[in-house]
Amino acid sequence: MLTLSHYLTLGALLFAIAVIGIFLNRRNIIVLLMAIELMLLAVNMNFIAFSHYMGDAAGQVFVFFILTVAAAEAAIGLAILMALFRNLSTVNVEDLDSLKG
Amino acid sequence: MNFETIVFYIFSAILLLSALRVVTARSPIHAALALVLAFFTAASIWLLLEAEFLAITLVLVYVGAVTVLFLFVVMTLDIDVAKMREGFWRHLPLALAAGAVMATEMILVLRTRTDTVAPRNLDTHYSNTKELGRLLYVDYVYPFEIAAVLLLVAIIAAIALTMRRRKDTKYIDPADQVKVRRQDRIRLVSMPAETARMKDEGERMTNEEERG
Repeated sequence: MLTLSHYLTLGALLFAIAVIGIFLNRRNIIVLLMAIELMLLAVNMNFIAFSHYMGDAAGQVFVFFILTVAAAEAAIGLAILMALFRNLSTVNVEDLDSLKG
Repeated sequence: MNFETIVFYIFSAILLLSALRVVTARSPIHAALALVLAFFTAASIWLLLEAEFLAITLVLVYVGAVTVLFLFVVMTLDIDVAKMREGFWRHLPLALAAGAVMATEMILVLRTRTDTVAPRNLDTHYSNTKELGRLLYVDYVYPFEIAAVLLLVAIIAAIALTMRRRKDTKYIDPADQVKVRRQDRIRLVSMPAETARMKDEGERMTNEEERG
């Protein structure tokens, strides 16, 4: 029998993998964005699991809004990335230090 | 262990492995493709949780739009992957420690007192889409409108960030074209009358003929 903890554990593991990814890919801003998407997926998984096991569909509405915000974030993030690459010819995070005083 | 549990474990294994591939893949293209698999498997797990509408939305929005956008950007940019991955595994112990601590904390917190909750029994006529629609358009209608405005902001911001005006293109401003008036295009010049000029011309021709 599947319980709520199964899904919550899965969400926690997914979130942890995304955190590990952020640590590993410190320079590659594209994979950083992908790791953030994975984190949001883990959070959504928890929302839907709670919504299912508590019998309240309002949790799924929140997932809907998170999906909206995440799509907007990905679009703007990638647009910034394109502008960045056009100006600096790099997406390496360590080269993006022109604001350093 | 019933069929549902076996399916859950299979999907979970695929999801976690593809998530690991996302964060460790050598090429960003492989990472984006692993992300597609991760989202697709997550949608299957959401189907197990009877969230049909969101599962389909996840496939449509994420697999269809977001990861394709990622792939598009990765293929557009010319990235030096080797330089990016210098010292990639050097952070592994720290990353593993942080990840393990976070996962343990979350599992410990979330496991407590939640095991007693039982899922509701839905009858066969239950429609997840209908219920979500009722919630979205009745109870959460203002947040829904704000989400729509947010998407509009994202569209405009993405276009404004990536648009650049090139100097060598023959650009025409439609506003200037529309508001042009007659006197901007036509210039009336006063000239001597046409007939007088023709008569002079004719006299000159006849004089030349007589002389010749």
